[in-house]
Amino acid sequence: MARSVTTQRKTLNTAIAWGIGLVLFFPILWTILTSFKTEAQAIADPPVWFFFDWTLENYRVVQERSNYSRFLWNSIIIAGGSTILGMIIAIPAAWSMAFVPSNRTKDILLWMLSTKMLPAVGVLYPIYLIFIQLGLLDTRIGLTIVLMLINLPIMVWMLYTYFKEIPGEILEAARMDGAGLREEILYVLTPMAIPGIASTVLLNIILAWNEAFWTLNLTAARAAPLTAFIASYSSPEGLFYAKLSAASTMAIAPILILGWFSQKQLVRGLTFGAVK
Amino acid sequence: MGQIVLEQVTKRFGDVTVIPPLNLTIEDGEFAVFVGPSGCGKSTLLRLIAGLEDVTSGEIRIDGKPSATIPPAKRGLAMVFQSYALYPHMTVRKNIAFPLRMAGLDKAEQDRRVTQAAEVLNLTDYLERRPGQLSGGQRQRVAIGRAIVREPAAFLFDEPLSNLDAALRVGMRLEISELHKRLKTTMIYVTHDQVEAMTMADKIVVLRAGHIEQVGSPLELYRAPRNLFVAGFIGSPKMNLITGPEAAKHDATTIGIRPEHISISASEGRWPGVVGVSEHLGSDTFFHVQNTGLGESVTVRADGEVGFKYGDQIYLTPRADMIHRFDAEGLRIA
Repeated sequence: MARSVTTQRKTLNTAIAWGIGLVLFFPILWTILTSFKTEAQAIADPPVWFFFDWTLENYRVVQERSNYSRFLWNSIIIAGGSTILGMIIAIPAAWSMAFVPSNRTKDILLWMLSTKMLPAVGVLYPIYLIFIQLGLLDTRIGLTIVLMLINLPIMVWMLYTYFKEIPGEILEAARMDGAGLREEILYVLTPMAIPGIASTVLLNIILAWNEAFWTLNLTAARAAPLTAFIASYSSPEGLFYAKLSAASTMAIAPILILGWFSQKQLVRGLTFGAVK
Repeated sequence: MGQIVLEQVTKRFGDVTVIPPLNLTIEDGEFAVFVGPSGCGKSTLLRLIAGLEDVTSGEIRIDGKPSATIPPAKRGLAMVFQSYALYPHMTVRKNIAFPLRMAGLDKAEQDRRVTQAAEVLNLTDYLERRPGQLSGGQRQRVAIGRAIVREPAAFLFDEPLSNLDAALRVGMRLEISELHKRLKTTMIYVTHDQVEAMTMADKIVVLRAGHIEQVGSPLELYRAPRNLFVAGFIGSPKMNLITGPEAAKHDATTIGIRPEHISISASEGRWPGVVGVSEHLGSDTFFHVQNTGLGESVTVRADGEVGFKYGDQIYLTPRADMIHRFDAEGLRIA
């Protein structure tokens, strides 16, 4: 007999799922709500929820005081650039680990992951000095390279797990059909791995977009991305909560929209029907 | 031209020897079948020929050319995989055209050959579909199509029919045999199914643990198996192998008699017995006869109309000229 779930049970499950979803989303919702309040309402106690004087004043002030588009452009270049650069390195690396593994492959993978356990601040000093030496401080190229290196282990790991799912026989078939290594990766592996590559790209853009430690420490003005834009409204004194919220909302909006639209692409699998 | 010669070929994975030194020649235009139980090294041998694995030592010559340094793509061989290994993101047309595209043929020539292959394989109506939208048999035909467009020196088949259901398997078996007759290209076919081996092969290579147990035409193997392994492996149902005093009467350690070479009678015969389970195929009936005093039960193939029931007392008589004799090492006594 098929397992049946009662209606009550279903309703309960739905309620719980919505509850968890709301708890997770609450900080973002609160930030967005606050961005439409006046500074006084933003810190009102008890807090005001929906019934306040909705205003766009904060957005106007933020627009006036800082050049949003410059920060946005820097974010796009740094997040996009580090992702593209990372994929160029990660795809062949994950390919070799998944399809021509050596005895040490597992060790290398774990070692790469272990670098993520190092507190970033531990290498801030040496990297800062290197950046000064190379003249990379407050440059987009410098930041792109650092963010690429930071996220590379995750990219390789994700791609590795996706590539592992691709039947090796299909790649062997490509080899028999006359494909060289380049053609094999370009025409067979990559198209089949598109859902995996897409989610890796998206995750990496999100990680790079939200990365604050390095972007704040290695930039000043020229290369500063949206994280610096938010930080500039975070002040220990004065009434800045509403403006800070407006800046945050403007900073996360592009990535939120990107995530929303790419949901479907991420889920859809292309590899069905190849084998069996 | 596709003569394939294996000379002292060995393959080791770490400390495990999969193929001990092995010699074999497959003539141009021959349909050779590698058959053996799982783990006998037949697929490894095929992959060595394909170049998907490197030989540990020895030499494989394709058309007289040593192949050690030639990558799979340049060996002029086409392979059909057990899982079909189609490219899921490409249409049938693009799947079949892929090797031509890799070879750098111009678009018109690609189209011409794909159309031709599709006609041969009844795939014309499916050219714009993706593999996911095809049935198992159609996918198998696409895999074969991808192999034939290249006009290879030899085809390599790695258990191509084992994912198909029984009815389709018989059909595809015929299609592949037909293809061989028409193309006259060398084919090497790996299977664990001795029926496929018997029905399709010009030459059967029986393998066990990487060793060649016997090479010969289907009927040679059927009529004169070189040892007990081949005797038990080739033929369906299996040959009855009898040891003990009955074998000693023939100056042998073991004697073998095929089910179809034993007659069954209710009144008289050489070995008395009791009918156990019988399997009715319609055309034939297989009786599993017990209590013969010969050790294990004896299988007898009789006409479908012969009607003995479970528990009936019967008598068996082997055909004297069809008894195979084997010595203590399991080798055939001539």
